[in-house]
Amino acid sequence: MTNIERHTYDVVVIGAGGAGLRAAIEARLAGKKTAIISKSLFGKAHTVMAEGGAAAAMGNVNSKDNANVHFCDTMRGGKFLNNFRMAELHAQESPARIWELETYGALFDRTKDGKISQRNFGGHEYPRLAHVGDRTGLELIRTLQQKIVSLQQEDNEEFGDYEARLRVFDECTITEVFLDGGKVSGCFGYIRESGEFVVFEAPAIVLATGGVGKSYKVTSNSWEYTGDGHALALRAGATLINMEFLQFHPTGMVWPPSVKGILVTESVRGDGGVLRNSEDKRFMFDYVPDVFRQQYAETEEEADRWYDDQENNRRPPELLPRDEVARAINAEIKAGRGTASGGVYLDVSTRMPAEVIKRKLPSMYHQFKELADVDITKQPMEVGPTCHYIMGGVEVDPDTTAACVPGLFAAGEVSGGMHGSNRLGGNSLSDLLVFGKRAGEYASAHASATKRVTVADSAVAAAAETALAPLERGESCENPYRLQQELQQVMGDLVGLIRTRTELEGSLTRLAGLKERIAKVGVTGGRRYNPGWHLALDLRNMLVVSEATARAALEREESRGGHTRDDFPAMRPEWRCINLVCTLADQSIGLTRKPVPAMRPELLRLFKRAELTKYLTEEELAEFDAIAGQGSEN
Amino acid sequence: MGTDRHFRVWRGNEAGGELKDYQVEVNEGEVALDVLHRIQATEEPDLAVRWNCKAGKCGSCSCEINGKPRLACMTRMSTFEETETVTVTPIRTFPIVRDLVTDVSFNYAKALAMPAFKPPGELAPGEYRMQQVDIERSQEFRKCIECFLCQTICHVIRDHEENKEAFSGPRLFIRAAELDMHPLDARSDREEFAQAAQGLGLCNITKCCTEVCPEHIKITDNAIIAMKERVVDERFDPLVRLGRKIFRRDRRQPASTK
Repeated sequence: MTNIERHTYDVVVIGAGGAGLRAAIEARLAGKKTAIISKSLFGKAHTVMAEGGAAAAMGNVNSKDNANVHFCDTMRGGKFLNNFRMAELHAQESPARIWELETYGALFDRTKDGKISQRNFGGHEYPRLAHVGDRTGLELIRTLQQKIVSLQQEDNEEFGDYEARLRVFDECTITEVFLDGGKVSGCFGYIRESGEFVVFEAPAIVLATGGVGKSYKVTSNSWEYTGDGHALALRAGATLINMEFLQFHPTGMVWPPSVKGILVTESVRGDGGVLRNSEDKRFMFDYVPDVFRQQYAETEEEADRWYDDQENNRRPPELLPRDEVARAINAEIKAGRGTASGGVYLDVSTRMPAEVIKRKLPSMYHQFKELADVDITKQPMEVGPTCHYIMGGVEVDPDTTAACVPGLFAAGEVSGGMHGSNRLGGNSLSDLLVFGKRAGEYASAHASATKRVTVADSAVAAAAETALAPLERGESCENPYRLQQELQQVMGDLVGLIRTRTELEGSLTRLAGLKERIAKVGVTGGRRYNPGWHLALDLRNMLVVSEATARAALEREESRGGHTRDDFPAMRPEWRCINLVCTLADQSIGLTRKPVPAMRPELLRLFKRAELTKYLTEEELAEFDAIAGQGSEN
Repeated sequence: MGTDRHFRVWRGNEAGGELKDYQVEVNEGEVALDVLHRIQATEEPDLAVRWNCKAGKCGSCSCEINGKPRLACMTRMSTFEETETVTVTPIRTFPIVRDLVTDVSFNYAKALAMPAFKPPGELAPGEYRMQQVDIERSQEFRKCIECFLCQTICHVIRDHEENKEAFSGPRLFIRAAELDMHPLDARSDREEFAQAAQGLGLCNITKCCTEVCPEHIKITDNAIIAMKERVVDERFDPLVRLGRKIFRRDRRQPASTK
């Protein structure tokens, strides 16, 4: 116990991706002593994988764009299950968050008149994504990283210490959040390099840990994505919502097998790429659902004209929201019209000159050339769905990002509600900036209003014991790598893109079996940089989050966004009003139903009645009619 | 179908270590990182290797493969003969932590000492205007994924611990060049800083850094030589010196800064 490092901070931010870094910047700007906990090296977070761009209605390319249009697109994309207030704040504030990055040194691609260029993306009515080629996430993380460095330099000038008010703890993993009298008092973790433990005393903690994709075999996510923040929140008594909604990105690589799942950016389609099956048919025209019929082209000719003339033509169906495209690709493959490697073709080679492809999609060009021996300027790519993003996460107050546990905040992928049942591409990078900033701001305010907190030695001892258990059990017990593979198999096979009752029930039985075995996981080796030990500790997070997803998926008897039930294939308006809230009790997930917050009348009026009839219940429509009547009288 | 390959992987810590032999299955399309993961999953659960994205985007899995600094995730096994022994060692320029993991904090310390972007005071957020052609040089350097392969190959510090204090290395030279060429950066002393505090003069342009860069950034030609030329201009060209005094570069309107 005596050798455990202890630190005291005002705000501890767990996670060093876009949301975490933006939160930390805001907390530091508010004058708070802030710690950033990074599971990897500083600047390596999963945000670097984001390719396409950050959605913000700046109207630089099409001046008709504005926050209301962005709000409506986001709600449509999420099939109206979104927390409307989050979607509203996001649409309103994302332009300012992007412009702010330029003052930190970001260099986005430009329009002819020197403004930030914006590109088309699925579900966005106008070109809206600020981008840097197809490496926008890297630009974001590097910009925020460099802003943090600049703040540390200011502190060095003022205090003679770079880390006086802002310190990065890299390669550090948090395993417990501590409470004192029901409020956050700190957290516990280990330093990868030394294997030593570390305790942070802090009245405010921001969870910014990203997603859960590593519970799936075919995923675009890295090893870090083990649902740590989701699990920490549950264990601290907070709630999760929308956990049944996972986004399977329609285009992951499918060949060679070792790279299966690696992301192929949606920009490929935004910039003109088309999907074809093995019969060379551009099949997306067959998969435009009724709710989107009016906005999408019916012929290839119209779709192709749209790239040059968006006023007089409708969008190509390749640019439907991701859930629609993923299901369509899945259906084509199931119908026997897939490629030999189990994908479909995504082609830019016949659509753009080689030079344009290399300029607009440099990372994709290199990725395929170097990993698959495919020259995308000459050949089509082969792609298929890959687990990419979880819409569900910590239930938060939309304005403050506060979870129901005082002192706990969440921003970015780990939070829930903003994206409803399906996230639009490009809304993630803007989400993490908008709500990262808000999390930093309100965590700081909470820290200011809270007296000094302490962490009890007994709590630290218990956390240390839990963390050391796998090492003490040793090799003869369950192997963490095997358990992870089995968990990935269960989730991929039984809780994947298309779900049914029997498979979901089967998944819960299998997960219960895994739970017993994960409790007995054992590892060899010492405490210094031991990946087997780290995985053993991540497994319990992966398991509890997987259980939340499986339980919620079994409960929701409809298909909506990132949740498709083969046995309930239609969207059901009565389910639109319901959020499934996950809690943890006795190491098991419990579910309760809670109404989705009702949109304010002026926001509801942004939609046409004909569109709302596809989503709302009869009673809700009656209310809308009453409101609309009032609106016209005013 | 899979083939059985011979791998040698360095295992140990700062006190010392050795190459250990492994016979490992290798399947079609696999990269060196897949093989390291297979060794972890089947034989050595505690084999330390740093990785994240497995797609050449994060720059975490830098190591030396048959003596050459590479990203393990972008090194395809098909580039080796089936009978060839593949030797994986940690990057040599930085202290060992364990196995293939090294302490790369040198790079972060040098980044901390590098003056950050200085925004133009007279422009509010949203008012920045730059032409694409004017930012492309800086954008090339911002492709850097911080894998530090250029740092590890650079002979100024690779076997010369004593140079580390005075030398920031290619990664930071492209950062200096990026800021120097940024159309709106309000500082005008980037070249002087690179020369005086980063040790730009120690580089004798052997281009090793450019060769190992997985992002194909032309580090030497586009950043280092460009910066060296600018340093010479600034220092020795009397007109440039006079111009700087008269026009006070740092007070000029941003549109005409560069």
